[in-house]
Amino acid sequence: MKRISLEPDFNTWRDAARDALRLGYRPEEIDMQDATVLNTLDLALETSDTPTGDPITTPHTSKAFLESAKFAAVHRDPQRWNLLYRILYRLQANRNLLKISVDPDISELERLESQVRRDLHKMHAFVRFRMVLEPGDPNARPIVVDESTPTEPEPHHLVLATPTPFGLSRTELPHCDPDPNATPTPSQPDTCEHFIAWYQPDHRILPLAAPFFAERFSIMRWTILTPDASVSWDPVSKQLAFAPGLPRESAPAEDELEDLWRSYYASIYNPARLNPDAMRSEMPVRYWKNLPEISLLPELITKSQSRVSAMVTTQQQQPSAQPFVPAEHNLTAIRAALPSCKGCELYKHATQVVPGKGAGHAKLILVGEQPGDQEDLQGEPFVGPAGKILDRVMNELNIDRSKIYLTNAVKHFKFVQRGKLRLHQNPRMSEISACRPWLLAELDAVHPHVILCLGASASKSLLGGTFALMKDHGKILETRYAKQVVATIHPSAVLRARDKESGEKLYNFLRDDMAMAWQAAQKPVLTSV
Amino acid sequence: MNVQQKLEILADAAKYDASCASSGAKRKGNGEGIGHSDGMGICHSYTPDGRCVSLLKILLTNFCTYDCVFCVNRISSDIQRARFTPTEVISLTLDFYKRNYIEGLFLSSGIIQSPDYTMEELIQVAKTLRTVHKFGGYIHLKAIPGASELLIKEAGLYADRLSANIELPTQHDLVQLAPEKKSTIIESTMNQILTRKEEADEDRRKSPQAPKFAAAGQSTQMVVGATSASDRDILTTATHLYGQYKLRRIYYTGFSPYPAADARLPLKATPMMREHRLYQSDWLMRFYGFTASELTTPEAPDLSLTEDPKTTWAKAHPEFFPVDVNAAPREALLRVPGIGYRNVERILSIRRYHQLLLDDLRKLHVRIKNALPYLITVDHLPNRQTIAHESQLNAQLDLFAPVSALTGSV
Repeated sequence: MKRISLEPDFNTWRDAARDALRLGYRPEEIDMQDATVLNTLDLALETSDTPTGDPITTPHTSKAFLESAKFAAVHRDPQRWNLLYRILYRLQANRNLLKISVDPDISELERLESQVRRDLHKMHAFVRFRMVLEPGDPNARPIVVDESTPTEPEPHHLVLATPTPFGLSRTELPHCDPDPNATPTPSQPDTCEHFIAWYQPDHRILPLAAPFFAERFSIMRWTILTPDASVSWDPVSKQLAFAPGLPRESAPAEDELEDLWRSYYASIYNPARLNPDAMRSEMPVRYWKNLPEISLLPELITKSQSRVSAMVTTQQQQPSAQPFVPAEHNLTAIRAALPSCKGCELYKHATQVVPGKGAGHAKLILVGEQPGDQEDLQGEPFVGPAGKILDRVMNELNIDRSKIYLTNAVKHFKFVQRGKLRLHQNPRMSEISACRPWLLAELDAVHPHVILCLGASASKSLLGGTFALMKDHGKILETRYAKQVVATIHPSAVLRARDKESGEKLYNFLRDDMAMAWQAAQKPVLTSV
Repeated sequence: MNVQQKLEILADAAKYDASCASSGAKRKGNGEGIGHSDGMGICHSYTPDGRCVSLLKILLTNFCTYDCVFCVNRISSDIQRARFTPTEVISLTLDFYKRNYIEGLFLSSGIIQSPDYTMEELIQVAKTLRTVHKFGGYIHLKAIPGASELLIKEAGLYADRLSANIELPTQHDLVQLAPEKKSTIIESTMNQILTRKEEADEDRRKSPQAPKFAAAGQSTQMVVGATSASDRDILTTATHLYGQYKLRRIYYTGFSPYPAADARLPLKATPMMREHRLYQSDWLMRFYGFTASELTTPEAPDLSLTEDPKTTWAKAHPEFFPVDVNAAPREALLRVPGIGYRNVERILSIRRYHQLLLDDLRKLHVRIKNALPYLITVDHLPNRQTIAHESQLNAQLDLFAPVSALTGSV
């Protein structure tokens, strides 16, 4: 058995393999050892180390084999050189060997290749650069010292100096001489920013990985440190420079952007879909030490459950007036019960609750949005400026206010205090829903032929959150609350109109829709059989 | 509000969009700005929900004039709102990219003012990244349905991928939950992207200098489980969209509860397995030659949660099996449970030189347990009774049925 020791370098193996083929070594007669692995098993059960095979002077290889071999060569498996030689030898007799994935040698080659490819892919993904020098601030970073040597007084002679247990570790960084007269462009930034990453790949892939970073970050000055080797990129000369490996401590400890990145990481994750196993299968724990966001993981995971339950509880415990609504739906009972309502937060600030008012068995019921300032003070619906508009419409149409019933979708005034002014605020969807049981009780008590909704809030309360008022106003719609529901604009819209012309247009909408609703209310209701 | 607070709000609002892929577009480093992509897509991290982080996925703003019930950003939702300036998004993208946190940007937005206005804002970010900073990383822009054709054309010049979201599987669902959205408008935007892309591809065949348009094509996403639409409805819509607009991908997002959700929505997340089965079926339709109508039946319109869709189909079609691994055509091999697309390719390549045994399949990591009843190898002949039994059909199997013509088996 002939033993040779090979450095971890594909070309070294290639030369050795070519020699061995020429001399006629059969795979079982030669042992190509990995020089980086200490070999104590030199059990010299020496047989002869003379080759017995036929010399092969013009060996056949294929592109596919060389491609796979290039990847397998950087694998740390100590047997890879022997494997590659065995396959190369067998390829001479069987040129289709590589296509037979189920052959033990080929399947082993494929295994090594795919592990290296995966390692490479993960390195592309998980290298994290940290910026070590900002423009104009060479002293800001403790780990980079700006040394000038007597022989070479460069303005930025950067040395990465790191205290390690074995003394100060020094790494020379490429020079950076920004031209002070040049105007900075994205391609020629006027900075000496240097990005440094530390990474520990499973295999010796740095030379295979470096071109990827060179292309991607071609205008950046960067260095990647690994325990086996390090590589730096000079954006001006467009050259990669390889140097010996360095321990982790040589790299910067953090980057100023890491907090921002952690914020993103925490926010983009959906706690309702917690699945840490899926995460671990794609991002095994051995990569975690390099990733700044991992420090958040324990908290994100443990809090997921409670965040989801909190969301569900909020959704279930939406405010509702239901517990305060009397069982018996008549107007007297409703009026009596209303002042005690604490169904949502609005009762806290309003002066009083504003119940509906009008005929007990009115054929038409008008539902507004919410009491305003005047209504809140007087305790009656539609007594403020909007009420005046309503009165004008009813006068024109000859509708007696006492023949109909007027109420609001929300029974308490909502406002913000601005000095002495109380500015009306639109109720939220959740407040409209909370108050709906009161409205339904009133509808049940009055039992009108027609419901006329004034404005978007009332319409949405009875016709659904997606009802489009301006498109569908004035149409008779059937809902589960009444056979005939009509929606129109709120009288206050007339007051808020931009100019006289649009005010008149809105007023006409209101009048026409109300006229239509009033007429419909006079007709007997057709009850379906 | 500082950038960090905005980032928290606007990334949180974007997390319900499933797509974060950065694959499908090769972009060489241009030597003038940072960024390139090798076409494969790289996931730079994974979150505890198992999803990958490949892009900076954010909304430009979560203000929205629409009121889509299933959406956290709907106008009637009581959430905190924020808005990024284009400059802030650009710096975030470049700063994160330089540190190798991301592959690029996925930019979406709530609809503000009008679809055109919103689209213009999105374009401005992408345009500045590409033209001023010569950014070569991946950009995925949302195509706002209803935005003008000119804007869609412009967006595709800067974006690698465009996506107009179909949102919900059926028009009926849209009426219920997203009244401002119409499938006709969404689909016309998809059609504009397709038309422009085909024109651009044609131009590039004539002259390689012609500008690329959305090189990674277009995708869409639909929310699953917010309505009662069945898997059959969903797969039918998917087939229609793949066929009509040549979509590169459809993302299925299982509905999950979010803060202050509308009371009309389910309180529980759609099982992740349902999403998984839909993706499996989607895969079967795109790469395995299955059609949507084969994967579910009108009687059982939903996919099984306990069994993969290929196995379900195989059990219901005993007449198709067994398939001879050493002789069957590609189309037949692709239908065997437990054998994936890549393994079919490998089997076809290996069997020219080597007769496959069961042990060989094991080496290829075929899921033997699933596949055994459905295939023939040199050393294995399945018991036909097993198939008949498993399918729970008592159909008589005809020894001389024309099956052999298709499977190549005797």
